[in-house]
Amino acid sequence: MYQIRLHGRGGQGVVTAAELVAWAAIADGRYALAFPSFGSERTGAPVEGYCRIDDKPIRSREPVTEPDLVVVLDPTLLGQRFVFNGIKSDGTALINLPVAASSATGTGTGLAPRAAHVRTVPATEFARQRTGRPLPNAAMLGAVAAATGIVPLAAVRDAIAARFPRTIAEANAAAATDAFEYLRFAAHAASEVHRVHT
Amino acid sequence: MSVKFYQVGSLAVGNRLLPQEERAGQADPERANSLISGHRACQGCGEVLGARYVLDTAMRATGGKLVAVNATGCLEVVSTPFPESAWRVPWLHSLFGNAPAVASGVAAALKAQGRTDIRVLGQAGDGGTVDIGLGALSGMFERDDDVLFVCYDNQAYMNTGVQRSGATPPAARTATTPVVAGQPGNRFGQGKDVPAIAMAHRIPYVATATVADLRDLEAKVERAMLFTGARYLHVLVPCPLGWGSASSQTIRLARLATESGLFPLFEAEYGELTSATPIRHRVPVDEYLRPQTRYAHLFAHEEKGGRPDLIARIQEQADRNIRTYGLLAATMPDLAQHSERSHE
Amino acid sequence: MSTPETTTRQTGSSGRAVEGSRAVAETVARCRPQVVPAYPISPQTHIVEALSALVRRGELAPCEYINAESEFGAMSLCIGASAAGSRTYTATSSQGLLFMAEALYNAAGLGLPVVMTVANRALGAPINIWNDQSDSLSQRDSGWIQLYARDNQAACDLHPIAFRLAEELSVPVMVCMDGFVLTHAVERIAVPDQEVVDAFLPAYRPQQILDPDVPMSIGAMVGPEAFTEVRFLADGRMRRALLRMPELAERYAKLVGRPAEHLARGYRLDGARTVFLAMGSVLGTLEDVIDEARTDGLAVGAVELTCFRPFPVQRLRTLLAGAEQVIVLERAFSAGAAGIITPELVAALVDPPAVPVRCSTVVAGLGGRPITKKALRMLVRDAAASRAARFSFLGLDRDLLSRAGYGRASDDAPGSTAERLLARLHTREESR
Repeated sequence: MYQIRLHGRGGQGVVTAAELVAWAAIADGRYALAFPSFGSERTGAPVEGYCRIDDKPIRSREPVTEPDLVVVLDPTLLGQRFVFNGIKSDGTALINLPVAASSATGTGTGLAPRAAHVRTVPATEFARQRTGRPLPNAAMLGAVAAATGIVPLAAVRDAIAARFPRTIAEANAAAATDAFEYLRFAAHAASEVHRVHT
Repeated sequence: MSVKFYQVGSLAVGNRLLPQEERAGQADPERANSLISGHRACQGCGEVLGARYVLDTAMRATGGKLVAVNATGCLEVVSTPFPESAWRVPWLHSLFGNAPAVASGVAAALKAQGRTDIRVLGQAGDGGTVDIGLGALSGMFERDDDVLFVCYDNQAYMNTGVQRSGATPPAARTATTPVVAGQPGNRFGQGKDVPAIAMAHRIPYVATATVADLRDLEAKVERAMLFTGARYLHVLVPCPLGWGSASSQTIRLARLATESGLFPLFEAEYGELTSATPIRHRVPVDEYLRPQTRYAHLFAHEEKGGRPDLIARIQEQADRNIRTYGLLAATMPDLAQHSERSHE
Repeated sequence: MSTPETTTRQTGSSGRAVEGSRAVAETVARCRPQVVPAYPISPQTHIVEALSALVRRGELAPCEYINAESEFGAMSLCIGASAAGSRTYTATSSQGLLFMAEALYNAAGLGLPVVMTVANRALGAPINIWNDQSDSLSQRDSGWIQLYARDNQAACDLHPIAFRLAEELSVPVMVCMDGFVLTHAVERIAVPDQEVVDAFLPAYRPQQILDPDVPMSIGAMVGPEAFTEVRFLADGRMRRALLRMPELAERYAKLVGRPAEHLARGYRLDGARTVFLAMGSVLGTLEDVIDEARTDGLAVGAVELTCFRPFPVQRLRTLLAGAEQVIVLERAFSAGAAGIITPELVAALVDPPAVPVRCSTVVAGLGGRPITKKALRMLVRDAAASRAARFSFLGLDRDLLSRAGYGRASDDAPGSTAERLLARLHTREESR
């Protein structure tokens, strides 16, 4: 079983992102379960989303406490240490970070001390370029596909197409592809992969 | 030739002298008799009289295709002592506060089934309409559900022992507004004007009526059934037990209520006044209040003066109604231009 | 907004990614209700929203969708519609269920086959929008059949069964599903096809109806001379559900090709000395934990209770015949007394010949507190070692209680406890 925990703020599409990962996995012929940390609707408040993926039926409904992947949609949450709580020793942290910030932080070791792999991607910038709005969730999905391979990009694009009206879907899918290719390129350039031993 | 017959304090209605088509529905031996004898109402009960008038007229207007929904209260209790029922129409009783919603549900089902030929009538006393049922009533109005809702207003919770409701008039004695410790019955400055609330919802048809004027009541039910959508009829029905009046005086008291101006008769469509019945022989409110022991404290110890101050305040209310609705010939309103009315 | 149906690679199951609420709404629509009154309350809103769209798009027709002015209005609308001969449905939670409490008893007493989804949510005060089962359990005496879904597939499948059961017995049915945990989860769910539901659920044929051609009076007052008998008969009708629910579930299962729902079902009961009994979504997490425990050699199993009303006495006696102790996981309790399910279970087991099982209650998951595998693992271990207390709260935060000044013997200070606890809660988070 592969477990994902997503962090963001209300209004950034955290819940939708978790759902879309699940949709992509299910469309890919697997079992998946996505659910949010539940609360009243309130823009700006910290929100967590969870997603489990497996090849057999998923029964457990407790929150994800030992994620294989932590996705951070809002870098302002990085100051909250519990964002990476429980991450597996060989887990991945995927962080939405503007390009400027990531080069400023150099190797980014400080970002996610407990994660084995730390990847950053300027998802908001891709989103802004493609959709005109700073909603990073669709782009982050592409990043998830690239960083972990847990769902194929094609399934991510299909999930986006099913969820959003056509014009927005096309733009979102493009943003997801941008993020995917960014990470793939970065991987080949071997300049932004960090290996930290905690 | 049509001959006007005044109801002048006797019970003469004069049907026999009228052409067939001008006779009241109740004169027709083939009438529906929706509410038949055998019910357990008190002698002189205004509510069962009103219900019979209303339902028979609605049955005639719908060709007998009517479903009635009834709130808990006197009417429901006296008419259905298990295993008997005095209703000859399909009839449903659910709860106290939900008759408007239940009626709306019946209407929705009939619509979904394509049975738009069957019409729905909801009915309740003042308690079930004005107080506990008001939320449901407002919902029914606001959605414009196809229901005629009728309130039989005897101005208190009678079935449970004459407790005060939102329709209880000022100064009236009830079991929960007793005349003790210098408190003269129900407070002034409270109470709801549900016909005005109905008008504020701008529903197709709103009207007031009493059991004293059978034809007027029948005409209003007939007119209501011409509309589809939410309709409201507020009928004053004296209660000899609760009002402390002689059981033979029910109809007379209802007439005095309108002739004093305390209970104005009017119609409104989509929130605008369309008719107001003029007062034929105006009476001072005393004449209406005196025969009811629920107002006895206003007249008690009259040699020491009674409570003329409160009677005067009640008279003011009557005066205001007369002005507002133009109930005297001299003050007839220009109905086409009437807009909002403020009521006490 | 729909993904294609896909088949899983390893197990060959079908279904598509869909939110629990939406799947329930689609299933209900396929049951062809003619009148759907609705009033919103978290966490049921997605169900009634989805239904409003289905009606507007003509996918559910003929159907009158009514925006009720309150939950009391909604159930009253159901009563009128059902009495007038239309299949009727609504949904609610928590405070909304209580607001319609009078109407619940009324619908049951009138014998109207209304079906309602209850998205289980805690009852206030203190106000809490998250999941527990105190709402539906508080109405266990209302005369409604109560079915509890273990997951979203069950939540869907229980609805056609509910309509069939209700209309056959003239007893209203509530299908309960854990709010947020199930309603707001997106997972692989197979919504039954229209043809399947039509084959299973025929058109509603009312036992009593408001019809001008055959006028009858419904809702008469019944006095002391006959009231007891009316209630006795209602109890009998409810008990017939014990027979009919499994039969109907079996028939439905054959049509959809999935395992049937049961009144109650055992999980790994073979040789289980300690058995956990629960209702609702916690069962999934519990079964994962039981599998792990079994691997560790612990003789534990579970009983999934689906039908709470009527209470399936015989079925539970059979399932628990071989157990030494039962731990009932309850998502509600009766303040000042004990659990709610447990006393009924004890009464069922005590009947001669008594089933000699020791029962204890663990109250867990109140107000949406997650029930974690970690906590359940410890519980399983303690229970297997016979360390289970008679009545306890899972994961009670004693540290918070003492920081807020509440001593060992529960509350010392009168007044609202919520504010005092909340003040200390934040202190603790800052120091993390």
